[in-house]
Amino acid sequence: MSASAVKTKGAAFQPVAGASGEKLLEVRNLSKFFPVGSNETLKAVNDLTLSIGKGETLGVVGESGCGKSTAGRTIMRLYEPTSGETLFNGRNIYKMRGSELKTLRREMAMVFQDPYASLNPRFNIMDVIAEPLDIHGIAGSAKERRRKVEELLDLVGLRPEHAARYPHEFSGGQRQRVGIARALAANPKFIVCDEPISALDVSIQAQVVNLLQDLQKRLGLTYMFIAHDLSMVKHISDRVAVMYLGKMIELAESSELYANPKHPYTQALLSAIPIPDPLIEAQKERIVLSGDLPSPIHPPSGCPFRTRCPFATEKCAKEVPDFREVKDGHWAACHYA
Amino acid sequence: MDTILRVNDLHVSFRARGGEVQAVRGVNFEVKKGEAVAIVGESGSGKSVTAQSIMRLLPSPPSFVKQGSIEFMGRNLVDATEAEMEAIRGKEIGMIFQDPMTSLNPTMTIGHQITEGLIKHQGMNRSEARERALELLRLVGIPNPEARFGQYPHNFSGGMRQRAMIAIALSCNPALLIADEPTTALDVTIQAQIMQLMKDLQQKFGTSIILITHDLGVVADMCDKVIVMYGGQVVETGTKWDIFAKPQHPYTRGLLRSMPRLDLPKGEPLVPIDGTPPDLLAPPVGCAFCARCEHAMEVCLNHDPELVPVGENGQTAKCWLHHPLAKEVQA
Amino acid sequence: MKDSRTLTLTKEMFKRLSFRPPGETIAGDSVPMWRDVLRRLVTNKLAMSGVVFLVLLGVMAIIGPMISPHDYFTNNLDRTNEPPSADYWFGTDNLGRDLFSRLWMGARISLVVGLAAAAIDLIFGVIYGGIMGYAGGRTDEMMNKVSEILYSIPYLLVVILLLVVMEPSMWTIILALSVTGWINMSWIVRGQIKQLKNQEYVLAARSMGASGARMLFKHLIPNTLGPIIVTLTLTVPSAIFSEAFLSFLGLGVQSPAASWGTMINDSLAGWTLFPWQMMFPAALLCLTMLAFNVFGDGLRDAFDPKLKK
Repeated sequence: MSASAVKTKGAAFQPVAGASGEKLLEVRNLSKFFPVGSNETLKAVNDLTLSIGKGETLGVVGESGCGKSTAGRTIMRLYEPTSGETLFNGRNIYKMRGSELKTLRREMAMVFQDPYASLNPRFNIMDVIAEPLDIHGIAGSAKERRRKVEELLDLVGLRPEHAARYPHEFSGGQRQRVGIARALAANPKFIVCDEPISALDVSIQAQVVNLLQDLQKRLGLTYMFIAHDLSMVKHISDRVAVMYLGKMIELAESSELYANPKHPYTQALLSAIPIPDPLIEAQKERIVLSGDLPSPIHPPSGCPFRTRCPFATEKCAKEVPDFREVKDGHWAACHYA
Repeated sequence: MDTILRVNDLHVSFRARGGEVQAVRGVNFEVKKGEAVAIVGESGSGKSVTAQSIMRLLPSPPSFVKQGSIEFMGRNLVDATEAEMEAIRGKEIGMIFQDPMTSLNPTMTIGHQITEGLIKHQGMNRSEARERALELLRLVGIPNPEARFGQYPHNFSGGMRQRAMIAIALSCNPALLIADEPTTALDVTIQAQIMQLMKDLQQKFGTSIILITHDLGVVADMCDKVIVMYGGQVVETGTKWDIFAKPQHPYTRGLLRSMPRLDLPKGEPLVPIDGTPPDLLAPPVGCAFCARCEHAMEVCLNHDPELVPVGENGQTAKCWLHHPLAKEVQA
Repeated sequence: MKDSRTLTLTKEMFKRLSFRPPGETIAGDSVPMWRDVLRRLVTNKLAMSGVVFLVLLGVMAIIGPMISPHDYFTNNLDRTNEPPSADYWFGTDNLGRDLFSRLWMGARISLVVGLAAAAIDLIFGVIYGGIMGYAGGRTDEMMNKVSEILYSIPYLLVVILLLVVMEPSMWTIILALSVTGWINMSWIVRGQIKQLKNQEYVLAARSMGASGARMLFKHLIPNTLGPIIVTLTLTVPSAIFSEAFLSFLGLGVQSPAASWGTMINDSLAGWTLFPWQMMFPAALLCLTMLAFNVFGDGLRDAFDPKLKK
């Protein structure tokens, strides 16, 4: 296994091209393992390499336990990586210290999944949104602080008089707006959106997604959008990465990936999503995968997907497939793609 | 076809600090034999409360049925005693919940939990029940049922637990199966497995199904009839063909427009429904959707519309736009 | 629904609304969480009776010795073992000292010990536990070992060892408390913080670059306040009881200073003849324990999120 792992590394090292040339973020061979019990490791993220261009939205999809959230958090340096690096504007963020790290914290922000758990229940909305301002000493005076918070509230479609309220008085969608306002407070360039809409109702999801897109246009933001809802990811992303058991198994332009999925897992994932149209559903031949997700503590040898793959061969059990460019800008980790 | 369940003008409320939360406000629908009915709505629409009222699973207090009846095979479940309900639950109506981990007892083996109902309701002895349980486990696609029989829920994955739940729900051949968000906690590839299983089983046994869900995709895949709920009321009903092809209530239309479609090319911006659902502690006097509706009229503010027939195939919608005067004025 | 049949509908009513009807409004005043807790506590009669008792106890501990016509330490050998009377309200002890004054002096000591225990819990317990929970990993392991070792030393042994080097007094008891009394608190805080640490709002603060102190004092500890306060209401009575018990054994407060423990001890010899000498301190001790316990229970219910709504 070790020999093939080395081989994979060599091949994947060439950075994957960003959509619009200039790269804001480059992730190289990033791994994050967690120790589990005695002598076992959970390979939450395993050898991830990708890049995100300025002003681009990269969608990251996968099922629970695939490592997409861990990837987002490691890229935010909420976790220290086991190996690999993340370059932000060409600088490795894991080597940053002191004032450089503090500046990075202003330039990267995060929007979280749970609109109930992501706001401190003891802070009022003013204090929640002003937190980045307080940490970085951005607002000079109390008046300035209030003005900035009111501006941000307005930006996300909430009323300034809401500033004195507490999080539990808001609905899920409104709280998520507060979370977005907080993420924007320090004028970041890059935002990791970690399942920002999965806890919201359908009619509210569209509000939040539209808000995120609108803000991207107005402020020139770059997003990494993590989600398990493939239709929403398709809608918002320029490029999409698919993860399975800690590995990235496919990466392509969003429309290309959905029209022309190369990896059998991506194909199954796309086919599994029910479409709200009975005509299409009636005609659709759904690929129903057998079996469950293997434990990420004991992943299968070779290709991680082989235990559920309808096309698996002996080769898949022996060799880890390279993550290779199968078509212009379309990458996949499958021997037969 | 025979009607096995008829819900008439059901009102269910919860006593809460600061008043009464009117979770269900006048719901009417019926389920025929062998039919799969979906109740669609967002959180707070009253869809789960309706389902749990049928099973009488809501704790009372704080909940209470204010008005209305639930007729199941000729009996009114609203007035049934707890002992009568115990005989109905599991035997004549099976239920599957959203979270299979909390609906299975963690201290009992899966086998024990399946045989329990068989022994209680079907009067089987232990070995008969075991045979039947193994058969059920095989039926719901659990590999190696003999080994699985003696295992506990924590040995099962999420999808396997939901399969076990389905085996329990179907163990006594119920006439009606209520599935409350059965796939919401599962990943899409597992969801596809469970939906396939439920469709197969429904065809095999002719069980009527009430599927509670917020996912319109799931509805399109497996139901015949759709009931759309909003703010504790039914706002639209119809066959799935009509509901998806020509929705007649602005809320249903809005819901469909606010979802991105995987099968269509991207680019079109989403059309969200602005605002938030009504506060059921003080529901609006007029139409519940009025505050978020782009077609809101004067009449909507103070008068609650009735569910009226629109189009063929029994489609109904609860909206003033279908009043003849509306068509006249807006034309 | 019912009015639509009798309703006369006019064309006017079917005009488009020219305004957006009021939708999302947040009704009522803004309610900070602590006020919610307070409201629930105030409606709990049993807990409030505990609070009332404790307030009265505090007031009497301050003014009791002052309003009595006699001080607490002067022996009056002419009037020993007197029953309650207009002159000596609660009677006198075997040395003719005023029981009324002594009782409230005892309350002072009890409350001072209780307050000291609370302060120790808050200063050592909360900070130590906070650091353990927040740091995690190696630091947590080491600090936890230290607290386990300290916890394994019996409290009584600490007191006795301290008596080797100092005179028995209230301060011995407080000093002994500060060696081991805060460990339970530190474990509770540690557990809470470990849980909270993975909450998204804490991650959010970290992603913004918040310093360790800010995370601990702005996010983690304020959200642990509920369990901290509830633990305090259990630590305080147990400290009060320890003081009474040690004083009873002669290891704590020494005559002529008065503690409920020494008063009960003093009354032992003649308690069948002069039962009031034991009754007053014993009853007050029991009631104080009870009051703290019902107050603590009420607080726990008030903080418990499951009982919310």
